[in-house]
Amino acid sequence: MKKLLILLAVHLPWVAFAQKQVQKQLQNQFIMVKSGDTIHLDKGFFELEGTLWLDDKQDVVIKGKGKDATVLSFKNQTSGAEGIKITNSRNITIEGLTVLDAKGDAIKVQQTEGITFRHTKTGWSGKPKKTNGGYGFYPVNCQKVLIEHCEAVGASDAGIYVGQSKEIIVRNCKAWHNVAGIEIENSLHADVYDNEAFNNTGGILVFDLPDLVQKKGGFVRVYNNKVYENNYPNFAPKGNIVAKVPQGTGLLILATNNVEVFNNRFVNNISIGTGIISYHMTEETIKDKEYYPFPDKIHIHNNYFERPMVRATSKGRMGMMFRFKLKFGKDVPHILFDGIHDEQRTEKIQLCIRNNTNQSFADIDAANDFKNISRVLAKYNCELPALKPVTLATSR
Amino acid sequence: MKKYLFYTACAVFIAALVGAGQRFPKKYKNSLSEYGFFTGALARLQPAANVLPYDLNTPLFTDYAHKQRFMYIPEGKQAVYNDSAVLSFPVGTVLIKNFFYYQDERKPENGRRILETRLLIHEENGWTAIPYVWNDEQTDAFLEPAGETKSVTWRDSKGTKQTISNYQIPNINQCKGCHISGKSLMPIGPSARQLNGLYPYAEGTENQLVKLSQLHKLSNLPDLEKVPRLVNWQDASASLDARARAWLDINCGHCHNPKGPASTSGLLLDIHNTDPKALGIMKTPVAAGKGSGGLLYDIVPRQPDKSILIYRMQSTDPGQMMPELGRTVVHREGLELIREWIRQMPAQ
Repeated sequence: MKKLLILLAVHLPWVAFAQKQVQKQLQNQFIMVKSGDTIHLDKGFFELEGTLWLDDKQDVVIKGKGKDATVLSFKNQTSGAEGIKITNSRNITIEGLTVLDAKGDAIKVQQTEGITFRHTKTGWSGKPKKTNGGYGFYPVNCQKVLIEHCEAVGASDAGIYVGQSKEIIVRNCKAWHNVAGIEIENSLHADVYDNEAFNNTGGILVFDLPDLVQKKGGFVRVYNNKVYENNYPNFAPKGNIVAKVPQGTGLLILATNNVEVFNNRFVNNISIGTGIISYHMTEETIKDKEYYPFPDKIHIHNNYFERPMVRATSKGRMGMMFRFKLKFGKDVPHILFDGIHDEQRTEKIQLCIRNNTNQSFADIDAANDFKNISRVLAKYNCELPALKPVTLATSR
Repeated sequence: MKKYLFYTACAVFIAALVGAGQRFPKKYKNSLSEYGFFTGALARLQPAANVLPYDLNTPLFTDYAHKQRFMYIPEGKQAVYNDSAVLSFPVGTVLIKNFFYYQDERKPENGRRILETRLLIHEENGWTAIPYVWNDEQTDAFLEPAGETKSVTWRDSKGTKQTISNYQIPNINQCKGCHISGKSLMPIGPSARQLNGLYPYAEGTENQLVKLSQLHKLSNLPDLEKVPRLVNWQDASASLDARARAWLDINCGHCHNPKGPASTSGLLLDIHNTDPKALGIMKTPVAAGKGSGGLLYDIVPRQPDKSILIYRMQSTDPGQMMPELGRTVVHREGLELIREWIRQMPAQ
């Protein structure tokens, strides 16, 4: 034992020093890599102190030996707000690695056309907590985004988050123990399918928010997903929009237009199986004149809904709404619409709900202090044209 | 014994990794001295011909480091004036920024330690930023694309010993992280509004823009009354608003502007922004994560402690602090200025 301690004493500082060299070596590779090259990351647990940053590169693959084999830990990070950061690039692929315990976001990608994440995991160890980083996968201002066979755990905002981007596919991924499992925000043309979102506060969110550069999202298809037991208590730091998402949310569509939701299984999400709401539900003021706060052209069909006979959450503002205004008791409808229409226009919001298994519904009339809550679904039995699939033909 | 073998194996493996380092494009000189920007002992930073010292009215805060700036504009070439952005410098221009600490701020004559020199080189296809790290002997600085961390100790103006154990010399991507505008890398400091002030040149004190113009290094300079001027953030005779906006402009506005990387947040802190919501007033954050500190708005007038802006300025957690790069300690004086600015803001 004594011998072992001496050995440790001799070697630990040296190993720590070596890790610092590994950081430098990896960062150097990220700087020097040439078009068409692959950066190979070895098997092992690497402790890094700063962001690994790739900038202004084309056709580069960052490849580990598998998400359980190559782990980049940022637990002792002293500089940079992300684990991996990719900027101003084209056709970049990250695969076969895990980014663990980043101080801020795990993998942020900005201003990049063609970004693929495959067999990659982002996570924070320990119990989910508000001091975890905000986003796991975080492409923003990107085009042609593919996220497949990935896993996101423990993000205090969204595990898989695509913001202000265009042409997006998220498929075969798993997201759990995040506040939001998968979130598509102010993004155009997204297909989200064959994913599993479970044990988050909210499984899948499709949001359009004001005051952003890319104003308008939409043309989002959410299908073939398993969205279940998203009843984890909300642990987002206040101030963030997801801090308002009620515990027990399967899918929430906020102010986005042109969304098609089909063939999903929404099971055991206690508050909202699928919600369609306007930005007014956030109770924030809107000064952005170019922003349209109402959802429209929403088509929800052929989904499966199931929930136990339990009450919706009683936590937060939305919990208060369920307790004191909606008073559904244990008979909470699967599909919830805030009933807020655009007063400026004559035609009502187009919302079509049809052919779902176990479908039940409430228009909660939020604009009139919930006075005329209606659970009649008949007038929403309509059909909208199917949205086109997203294709990610690579441009070079 | 097995353990020992394991550690040895680790050591050999890591040494092999480190040894496999690649070289940076050779067109950038390996040491600062090779450029010939300075004459005599390099650490004295005595500019050669065509190398002109300059200052900014309100500089970026970098862990209390002092900075000595120079610009080299090639013989026969001129920068072109404009009133809103950085001057249009000709190809061949090099901006040279040296970061140092005095041993004792009360006695500069006791000497200083230069940590790094950052070069911004204007090439045919745009600007490039590269860091040079000074050696401990202070005889030269060497190219270090991956950056470096250093420990530094000094006595401040009150004689208190200060230590920064993790002073960050940025890698070239981090340089770009701040210097990116749209898709290209740009200088941040030397705009007309920042240079519009006096500098004590060896030949006598003069306005920096006038000096450049006299030396035929700047064209199209209008009458000085027509040139915008950013106030010195420490100038007590200037309005609180002007001082605060100047501080925000240089410390935040390089990212938080419509063409900067932080435009995705919708928070615009550059001097040109006039929209109160984009300035953060009662604006909800977008992707702040834990950086919100549990607060609801970027700025709540009259209530600095309820403002995310203040929360992030006083954080040193890399996942929460702002700016994201360039500091490891809090700029106490800057923080106090912005607090006071928010405290005196008219209520909504």
